[in-house]
Amino acid sequence: MAATEQTVEQVRAVTEQKYKYGFTTEIESDLAPKGLNEDIVRFISAKKGEPEWLLEWRLQAYRHWLTMEEPTWAMVDFPKIDYQDSHYYSAPKAAKDKPQSLDEVDPELLKTYEKLGIPLKEQAILAGVAGAGDMPAIAVDAVFDSVSVATTFKKKLEEKGIIFCSISEAVREHPELVRKYMGSVVPYSDNYYATLNCAVFTDGSFVYIPKGVRCPMELSTYFRINASNTGQFERTLIIADEGSYVSYLEGCTAPMRDENQLHAAVVELVAMDDATIKYSTVQNWYPGDENGKGGIYNFVTKRGACRGRNSKISWTQVETGSAITWKYPSCILQGDNSVGEFYSVAITNNYQQADTGTKMIHIGKNTRSTIVAKGISAGKAQSTYRGLVRILPKAEGARNHTQCDSLLIGDKCGAHTVPYIESRNRTARVEHEATTAKISEDQLFYCRARGLSQEDAVGLIVNGFCREVLKELPMEFAVEAQKLVAISLEGSVG
Amino acid sequence: MLEIKNLHATVDGKEILKGINLTINPGEVHAIMGPNGSGKSTLSYVLAGRDGYEVTGGSVTFQGKDLLAMEAEERAAEGVFLAFQYPVEIPGVSNTTFLKTALNAVRKHRGLPELDAMQFLKLIRAKAKSLNMNDDMIKRAVNVGFSGGEKKRNDILQMAMLEPGFAILDETDSGLDIDALKLVADGVNSLRGPERSMLVITHYQRLLSYIVPDHVHVLAYGKIVRSGGKELALELEAKGYAEFGSPEAA
Repeated sequence: MAATEQTVEQVRAVTEQKYKYGFTTEIESDLAPKGLNEDIVRFISAKKGEPEWLLEWRLQAYRHWLTMEEPTWAMVDFPKIDYQDSHYYSAPKAAKDKPQSLDEVDPELLKTYEKLGIPLKEQAILAGVAGAGDMPAIAVDAVFDSVSVATTFKKKLEEKGIIFCSISEAVREHPELVRKYMGSVVPYSDNYYATLNCAVFTDGSFVYIPKGVRCPMELSTYFRINASNTGQFERTLIIADEGSYVSYLEGCTAPMRDENQLHAAVVELVAMDDATIKYSTVQNWYPGDENGKGGIYNFVTKRGACRGRNSKISWTQVETGSAITWKYPSCILQGDNSVGEFYSVAITNNYQQADTGTKMIHIGKNTRSTIVAKGISAGKAQSTYRGLVRILPKAEGARNHTQCDSLLIGDKCGAHTVPYIESRNRTARVEHEATTAKISEDQLFYCRARGLSQEDAVGLIVNGFCREVLKELPMEFAVEAQKLVAISLEGSVG
Repeated sequence: MLEIKNLHATVDGKEILKGINLTINPGEVHAIMGPNGSGKSTLSYVLAGRDGYEVTGGSVTFQGKDLLAMEAEERAAEGVFLAFQYPVEIPGVSNTTFLKTALNAVRKHRGLPELDAMQFLKLIRAKAKSLNMNDDMIKRAVNVGFSGGEKKRNDILQMAMLEPGFAILDETDSGLDIDALKLVADGVNSLRGPERSMLVITHYQRLLSYIVPDHVHVLAYGKIVRSGGKELALELEAKGYAEFGSPEAA
């Protein structure tokens, strides 16, 4: 049938073009030899000029990792990873000594970030902002393979006592903070991928917001994997001291490659009394081609500790990329009256697989958590929501509301919901709602009868489905995310 | 404007339209009446280009172009509008977002510049006001939580925004009380003009007291069996459709 051929052609055209971040940057790299052993761990630590205690911590993690088994409980399927077949350190040569100012950054790298639409020139951002009225500026930390290549607006933030730098720099400049908090939320023995990260983590961002300070701009980190056969082991640590506020966003892209590349990150958040951390992710790693070849394995451990009274941690994630996503941003609600939130959109198309959700651990009194998860599956993709709500005996008056909606596009994909609820306190209230729906033929025709193309109609309907989550994103990124949602599903309806 | 010649169409392999002939000139309002199962809704879906309605013979030209060769969205962009018997809900998508996307897609097709947010808001507010709709309705999600009458009026607002050359009103009166019917009919009448034709599909004469047609046709079991002026509707109201036979006889 002509219509089928047309659809196939359309899908091909779209999948070949749609991942616009698939380019590679030709840049000389300083590469560790392939493989993983104690010498590699020492090599990375030496490259970073780390103190002895950190090397010991890494080695402890590495030795523990050797005793662990890869987890198999997630609903994802992939061939066994050969951990010896990867490089664990890759840095652009020019960045050996981190440039002191943006003028010293390799122009090739600046061009890369320009192509990704990420401004690294403060002047350019300021000029742009002047024209955009009240829109706040965005401070950016750019991580390229294993190193941070530039951080903007550091000076301006320093005036308020805010520390925003790469984690490597934080280890050198603020060792007392790093030593106190790193591993305090996700211990080195936490899980297979997190433990591996502890051993070989390379770079990521560090944020410290002092008491009573409201961070005046969005902080963001852009992660880019460029080198082939390289894993990226990001490590991010954000500390919001008493009464402070910060909104942080991370973005991720990678070139189109036939091989699968591993991104095993650990993110730790700590919120003290009355502090709020809003953490948003727009994850657009290369998802692999339409036949499931290539793509990033995104095996990530993200956890926030609401240590103080009335503290709040809010996770918002838009997950559209990666061949496989294994990720459960969680909140430990330790302080009384603390609040945890998880807003998630996970889109899987073609052969993508996502097993994602959250854990809300209620420890303190009157702790509250909200979970809104939207899963969209198209093509032959499988999407699973997996969430744990645990109410501990002392969590008097704890409350949770979970809403979990799945949308299916086509008849070869799947959506699964796996909630775990454990309540050990009689006064707790836990609610779980779940729905599964398909984009209806009626909706599509209604849109088309008003002049929208099939693709635009799907984009619009899915954006409507995700609205509750997308509206949680910082305004500057919401529009971008809406476009991304539509692009990720192009060609999914025949 | 619109010329339908010997149109045959099947749904799930069953022939529903069995040779429809109909010519509609610019500015004319035609009504199609007929019993349940006569093919009225099938005709509207075939004209609007819904998947699953297969044309097996005949032709439809719209403003000199082969309508049947176009996708549904192209027909909308060319100026064919279908007001739905059951307007569809789209959760989470506001009326303004929906209509702005639709209007700009249609304008692009027609070679007109796209409207920015401010221009669009100004336009939709003016159109809503002319149809006695309040601002609250245009901000809500498309048809979600709307009453039957609100849904139909929302469709008429869409028609006012998209400015079609030819509009099909598919049982616009179904499910409406008399006040809602009057409101919808007022809206439709305000959109009548020398360059805009309409095809009003209905069971009942009642609607045609408010939207007065130039021509009335009786569709029975896949064919137009009788045509006349507006007085034909009154005659049908009195006699019913019995004289046009039963499905078995067709």
